[in-house]
Amino acid sequence: MIPSSVFAAVHVIPDPPLAWWPFIISTVIKMLLVFTVYMIGVAMLTLAERKISAWIQGRLGPNRVGGKLGLLQPAADGVKNIMKEETLPAHVNKPIFTLAPMLAFIPALMAAAVIPFGAPWDSRWGRISMVIADLPVGFLFILAISSLGVYGIVLAGWSSNNKYALLGGLRSSAQMVSYEISMGMSLIPVLLLAGNVTLNEIVDQQANMHLWNVLTLTISFFIFMVAAFAETNRLPFDLPEAESELIAGYHTEYSAMKFSMFPISEYANMATSSALMATLFFGGWDIPFMKQDNTGGVGILLVLLSIAIFAVKTGFFIFVFIWIRWTLPRFRYDQLMSLGWKTMLPLALAYIVIVAATLLGLDYLGSVFPRFQRDFLWAHVIPVYGLAMLGVNIVLVIIVFFILDRGRIISPAYGRATPQQIARLRAVTAVRSHLSPQSGD
Amino acid sequence: MPNFFYQVNFYLFGLIAIGSAIAFVTRRSPVAAALWLVNTMFCLAVLYVMLEAQFIGVIQVLVYAGAIMVVFLFVVMLLNLGEPSEIADIRGKWGKLVAALLGIVLLAQVAALSGKRMPEPFIPGTGYDAQAVRDLGAVGSVAQPLFNEYLLAFELTSILLLVAIVGAVVIGRRRQIDAR
Repeated sequence: MIPSSVFAAVHVIPDPPLAWWPFIISTVIKMLLVFTVYMIGVAMLTLAERKISAWIQGRLGPNRVGGKLGLLQPAADGVKNIMKEETLPAHVNKPIFTLAPMLAFIPALMAAAVIPFGAPWDSRWGRISMVIADLPVGFLFILAISSLGVYGIVLAGWSSNNKYALLGGLRSSAQMVSYEISMGMSLIPVLLLAGNVTLNEIVDQQANMHLWNVLTLTISFFIFMVAAFAETNRLPFDLPEAESELIAGYHTEYSAMKFSMFPISEYANMATSSALMATLFFGGWDIPFMKQDNTGGVGILLVLLSIAIFAVKTGFFIFVFIWIRWTLPRFRYDQLMSLGWKTMLPLALAYIVIVAATLLGLDYLGSVFPRFQRDFLWAHVIPVYGLAMLGVNIVLVIIVFFILDRGRIISPAYGRATPQQIARLRAVTAVRSHLSPQSGD
Repeated sequence: MPNFFYQVNFYLFGLIAIGSAIAFVTRRSPVAAALWLVNTMFCLAVLYVMLEAQFIGVIQVLVYAGAIMVVFLFVVMLLNLGEPSEIADIRGKWGKLVAALLGIVLLAQVAALSGKRMPEPFIPGTGYDAQAVRDLGAVGSVAQPLFNEYLLAFELTSILLLVAIVGAVVIGRRRQIDAR
């Protein structure tokens, strides 16, 4: 038996309870803040996507509204979408056609309610945790809610009574059901390591192991990231709306604000996935190289700093989403299915077994090397447990990505290019680099 | 005050669940019926969460609403079953009569049972489950009995599921196997 004290170490300081009125006021404020930040953030994301894509393709991007950076472009787009005529084709199933955009939009926002975005604040009214709802089931709630996002797409496709839309809806349901499994499986090693499903405790666990989960569970992170791309229907997994095959896929028949709900929910999902990656694998709001923020409640300055740290981590992953969209081509449908079922799922299952065995072995040595330690090197404590996990992880990463893979997952369409081919490609780019970006977006 | 709020919400979601279930069996269009069933699943999940069984509630949404019903919808759309009125499965007065009788028997049973032990007004955070959740966490309070007391049943169920999967594969590939 593993002593239960292995997990008890995380919760050293119990949270002092909050009276009911500060609780209600703080919760309402947090809800309004998160909602506003999300909505403005999503609007700015559309601009970020266009600016980054322009940068990647050597263009200028939006630059007519709101100065050279096009900062008012999202506002202009929003006004346009609201003023536009809303078409309702005669052949659609009206109630479901109207319901579908809402069903896509609501789950995208709901998932944000359980993500902790800052260190708990020791205010004069009590300890206020920087999460809207600190659910005991934590990220299982996020998995459950994000699995509902598929309804919006499927129903939009079906109710449009249009074969392209229906094909888009069918593709998305098959894709999301397939990748949901890999996503759930990739998170089980995180659960095993943290011994808990509450997101705040997973942040605590990473702080007390003095290593981010991405360093101890790299393969989980890899699988989770690929599955997150598939779940948000982003390139290279945007088959439900592949315009060269399906016109616009499931939202072919939509216009104006109803149409705009789908991109908004896609961006909101992207933001949620990014926040989740930052929380589960990159330490969440934890401020690196500092232990003052892990003591339970902290002052307002540290709270703001931790929120900023969280925003930077999330922003980085949003950038990765956009970066990959403008870098990789789309998968073929059979490639998508074989990647999900034949590569990622077996990999995730095997990884669970290996991680569970490693943790069991290390826990038997638990009295010598405890899993969680509050102090670090300055207290002459070396996080042996985390370093052992890191060692095992490095071996596994080498085995999976360099020996087993041999360039198949990482570059699925082709094998590696020969040095001659690379040299020829380099010569091509050298000539084209004389051209400078001209104008327009 | 919070307790009153709690009771109102509990019965509200119970009523929505019953209403959705009735809508589910009376709709003729398979997609509409499936959506009402999703709504019922949701309300059940809410009731589980209110009874301190958060894990069961989340799994209810994750498995039933998020996976099984999506596959249902997928199949319904893929087959594109003809006119809704043609595929309704209860036809004729005898079928309806038997269904109504069965329903009345079921209601009578529920009434007899609930009359015997009318539940106490539920106060959140006081029940057995609440204590278990506090001690073991939301997941641990399910996992502890599942992997200790009921391990054999759990393993047998997993074998049953494996058999079902193999059976599905065999049926799906029968044409290829016959051709060989």
